[in-house]
Amino acid sequence: MRIRLEPRKAPSRLALYGAPIMAIALTMLAGMVLFTLMGFRGGAAVFEIFIEPLLEPQRWPDIAVKASPLVMIATGLAIGFRANVWNIGAEGQYIVGAVAGTGVALATYEIESAWILPLMLLASLLGGAVWAAIPAILRVRLKVSEILTSLMLTYVALQLLYYLVRGPWRDPEGYNFPQTRMFSEAQTVPNLLEGTQLHWGVPLTFLVVLITWFVMSRTLLGYQVKVVGLAPMAARLGGFSENRTVLMTMLVSGALAGLAGMIECSATFGQLTPQFPVNYGFTAIIVAFLGRLHPVGVLIGGLALATSYIGADIAQTASALPQAATGLIQAMMLFFLLGVDIFVINRIRIAPCVPRLAS
Amino acid sequence: MAVILDRRTLLAGAGASAALPFLGAPAHAADPLKVGFIYVGPVGDFGYTHAHDVARKKTQDFYADKIKTNYVENVPEGPDAERVLRQLAQEGNALIFATSFGFMNATAKVAKALPKVYFEHATGYMRGPNLATYNARFYEGRAVIGTIAGMMSKTGVGGYVASFPIPEVVMGINCFTLAARKVNPKFQTKVLWLSTWYDPAKEADAAKALADQGADIITQHTDSPAPLQVCEQKGLYGFGQASDMSSIAPKAHLTAIVDNWAPYYIGRVKAVMDGTWKTGDTWWGLKQDTVQIAPYNAAMPDNVKKAADDVKNGIIAGTLHPVTGPVTDNKGTQRLKDGEKANDEMLEKMDWYVEGVQS
Repeated sequence: MRIRLEPRKAPSRLALYGAPIMAIALTMLAGMVLFTLMGFRGGAAVFEIFIEPLLEPQRWPDIAVKASPLVMIATGLAIGFRANVWNIGAEGQYIVGAVAGTGVALATYEIESAWILPLMLLASLLGGAVWAAIPAILRVRLKVSEILTSLMLTYVALQLLYYLVRGPWRDPEGYNFPQTRMFSEAQTVPNLLEGTQLHWGVPLTFLVVLITWFVMSRTLLGYQVKVVGLAPMAARLGGFSENRTVLMTMLVSGALAGLAGMIECSATFGQLTPQFPVNYGFTAIIVAFLGRLHPVGVLIGGLALATSYIGADIAQTASALPQAATGLIQAMMLFFLLGVDIFVINRIRIAPCVPRLAS
Repeated sequence: MAVILDRRTLLAGAGASAALPFLGAPAHAADPLKVGFIYVGPVGDFGYTHAHDVARKKTQDFYADKIKTNYVENVPEGPDAERVLRQLAQEGNALIFATSFGFMNATAKVAKALPKVYFEHATGYMRGPNLATYNARFYEGRAVIGTIAGMMSKTGVGGYVASFPIPEVVMGINCFTLAARKVNPKFQTKVLWLSTWYDPAKEADAAKALADQGADIITQHTDSPAPLQVCEQKGLYGFGQASDMSSIAPKAHLTAIVDNWAPYYIGRVKAVMDGTWKTGDTWWGLKQDTVQIAPYNAAMPDNVKKAADDVKNGIIAGTLHPVTGPVTDNKGTQRLKDGEKANDEMLEKMDWYVEGVQS
């Protein structure tokens, strides 16, 4: 008898959308076993990570603030992933977006005007798009894999950030600390709820999700992206240009990552510092897949991941769970999702042993 | 879960939470005083964060069941710090220690928003009615190990694995170099900047690069023992950072600058218990035992041990100041006249390097 995997003709819808939930359930179960074996109260810790933040209303703004950049970036990435365009460098575009916006902020230092913030946001969209355009053009013109180039440009962006905050953009009154001036009120994305970190970037992210959903499911453009991803040959016959799709999806995902960077920089940091990049651009890849590359799914995926981040901090104080242990949770989610997906796309066939012919 | 983005629901939720504070953890008069800590690194870093956590445990043991300490480790310096600080306050911590410089803006913001909670920020300069700052005169320890380095180095080149070029780090580099040049006027210090407090892989790479550039003794202002491990492998000498790291590199580890925060923490907890807590700035050093010198390695000749002890005892007695003129910076400008001593203000704003520093 032997076991083999056989591709399903069409994965069931239920299985397709159930897989992320299954993956989270498996993560919780594995987490429980793991934490118990490590000598912690496993059940309680998992409860604190996944459930407790949802039960405490004072944690909700935190979840929304944490989810916002993840969802914004992942929404953009998911568009590209649908078209088989693999932008792995969202982290770099996120940084360049923040750098571009900060550039506007520093240039308008000591000016109070309502147009500064929109200009900063526009600059961040452009900055992110330009950073993504480099791998896009390299792919279209020279067939260079965008996976490598976009990833490598992340490190370039990081050095750019370090250079600017240490050199030309360093706060002259900041005791030589490598950080820019604090943004003025006119340069800060306004707060939405006093006493929390909730800011207007959160509803903006929600709006981006809605627009993306509309474009992807209700317009020819969205259809084109999906066809190029699913059946490149058919797309070509249908007159859809693959190159144009690559360019467009890269630019959109870069622009959204850039916008997310600016919002995070302005609303929660209030300045650009070397500590600004915290790998949201990479975490967003998990979010995109957890969300099945669907804008609404991405929204839910982002909230789930953000919840686990907030919950991880609760588990640290309540159960004294080390931070590294909680870091496993996020990795396990992607691991189990990929694992479960194997069974969604394939089915297991248990075939009796066929006597082999002499070889 | 999309409901959390609805402002009305959110406000209602926030209202409900205000009416029912700290669900599941009602505050009773007899409850132990809750004291919170946030750390920038993991408690297992064997360095800076580890030293804070040792002090936390000592404080907990000192007061036994009269207090309950808890901590969150690996908190990124940025909006996450703000969120975690709020979380700790909402969980009922009456006194919160924010143990890294990068938590400054977040701590100042949260302290303003929560005037009934006492905050203590390490190594920063922002204070408020409920926000005190504290630091240790690590630079005094740097003078001791600089003396040792100057006498033990054969090549006359010391390597310095550094984090950020902030005054705290710069004054350490200067004191180390001044002390080393006092015993070996040709001594040079090569500095590598890593832009991180804790990254064992980067720290090890930096130590290797410094060794390749001729440094035969390496010290660090980053928090992991990785540079020491490199010294151990290469047969070079090094120094422990913040904790006694001799168990990790028994041959290379000459001594360490040990941070002993426990007396300060115990005192501040008592002030809260007695209702006498006041804001202020505390800067203790060798004299108050906040900065300690770990036991010397047996490989150190007696004259080196004696020279190191002389510096240490001179600083404790107040007869020796690590930054005493004549001091010239590495661009040739005289900074201190003969016999002139650097005051605290000069140290706290230090953004220049003494002669002999190659940065």
